Amino acid sequence: MTTPTTVTRADYCVLACADAWRGDGEVLASPMGTVPSIAARLAKLTFAPELLLTDGEALLIGDVPAVGARSAVTEGWLPYRRHLTMTMGGRRHVMMGASQIDRFGNQNISCVGDWRRPSRQLLGARGAPANTLNNPVSYWIPRHSPRVFVERVDMICGVGYDSAAAAGPSATRFHELRRVVSDLGVFDFATPDHAMRLVSVHPGVTADEVREATGFPLAMSDEVPPTREPTPGELRLIREVVDPSGLREREVPTA
Amino acid sequence: MSGNGNGNGNGNGNGKIMTPDAIVGRLESGMTLGIGGWGSRRKPMAVVRALLRSDVTDLTVVAYGGPDVGLLAAAGRVRKLVTAFVTLDSIPLEPHYRAARERAASELVELDEAMFMQGLTAAAQRLPFLPVRAGLGSDVLRVNPGLRTVTSPYEDGEELVAAPALRLDAALVHLNRADHLGNGQYLGPDPYFDDLFCEAADTAYVTCERIVDTAELTAHAAPQTLLVSRHAVTGVAETPKGAHFTSCAPDYGRDESFQREYATAARTPETWASFHTRFLTGSTEEDYQLAVQDWHKEQR
Repeated sequence: MTTPTTVTRADYCVLACADAWRGDGEVLASPMGTVPSIAARLAKLTFAPELLLTDGEALLIGDVPAVGARSAVTEGWLPYRRHLTMTMGGRRHVMMGASQIDRFGNQNISCVGDWRRPSRQLLGARGAPANTLNNPVSYWIPRHSPRVFVERVDMICGVGYDSAAAAGPSATRFHELRRVVSDLGVFDFATPDHAMRLVSVHPGVTADEVREATGFPLAMSDEVPPTREPTPGELRLIREVVDPSGLREREVPTA
Repeated sequence: MSGNGNGNGNGNGNGKIMTPDAIVGRLESGMTLGIGGWGSRRKPMAVVRALLRSDVTDLTVVAYGGPDVGLLAAAGRVRKLVTAFVTLDSIPLEPHYRAARERAASELVELDEAMFMQGLTAAAQRLPFLPVRAGLGSDVLRVNPGLRTVTSPYEDGEELVAAPALRLDAALVHLNRADHLGNGQYLGPDPYFDDLFCEAADTAYVTCERIVDTAELTAHAAPQTLLVSRHAVTGVAETPKGAHFTSCAPDYGRDESFQREYATAARTPETWASFHTRFLTGSTEEDYQLAVQDWHKEQR
């Protein structure tokens, strides 16, 4: 047996992100970032073959090339105008990044500091307001820290549960935050008040470490289980098919 | 101004053909300009450069922002920006725009991408607004206190955001091909929103890689590549590499090394002055293209 037996942190992250799309059916998986892109491909190759994927530009791809490689099969056309329309129609599950995220899942990618004169201008609200109100949303955060997991975000781009509830039934109608995956663990909002909860820790991480790296009180049970192990098949697909050049290790380096 | 004030093509051999500088000659300080493309993709950069050579300033710029916004902001030409983002795509944050925001150099109307699309669509259809779910619960409503909601008159009674029409004085777009009448064609995978920009504007200017005979437009391409129709176009200019350094698929991709040079030049006032002197102080678009060619030779 020459198969490497060590599962890296990046592997667990890929697996935890892939599981976000489990059971979604025939919807567009819209991953932002390297690990989510690997994860969406893994999901499609295993337990979610109905997922739709794009080439990152305007085409829906009919094959599952390695991340960063060119697709050879086109199954559809999805320019930005149709992508935005698809979002509003809800047949999509996006995994976005977050420069800041709070306890109820409000997300900021616009700017840090006072919006009128930010200390750090970032991307802008982009499509986060439409995403969060129209289709399921998950988040991927490659470096878990109290600067990202904050008590309050400086500019609400992606709408959290408390903000959606305050805005009324048109805001909550299709609002659903599925999960947050960081380099330390997996989180959801399945608590009575929709506050963020630690669901699992990646092997090698303790619940206390997660608590210390989080800038708000985190709901958790007394015994937080570990993130699930990959099957040998999944590990082989990650290493040999989807990410043979190991791009995931660059986004989540092994300590 | 009439949409085809430069002739209707009957017996007028040149039709609506102009130069980038002549296009800018039709623009005035204080105008609201829509700029097509998306991020660092198919931006009408030759006209943006012509704008930088002119005195036109105090602009309201409406765009899915890329280096068009960065260049105009760095030159202090923007009074107000209407956008959902500004990015260079392969470089996520546009450094010149970022610097302008961090010194609060201009007013910002920060919208969601879908809300922006609805606003352009409303303007193209001469509606005051179109409803959209996006924005509810987000700080887009907090930072734009003028945005209003509208209640559905039907039994659902839903309360939605009324995305205001983004009406434009002029639209600037860059396409792959056009004819002398202003029929514009895209040959890449994504039309972006260039047709909407033209239809939402009182005047619209199309630049393109090559002006061809009308019959040639569909000689080797499907008719649905004809994105912009002449009734919505005031003037057309041939500007080869006119989207440089943004992408213009399939004619050329993004000039990534030059874009990096542009981005790193934002580091200090001195590095920017040096970039500006070398590339942006020429008197024509050709001067710029030659300066870029020389720069690439040096990099080899």
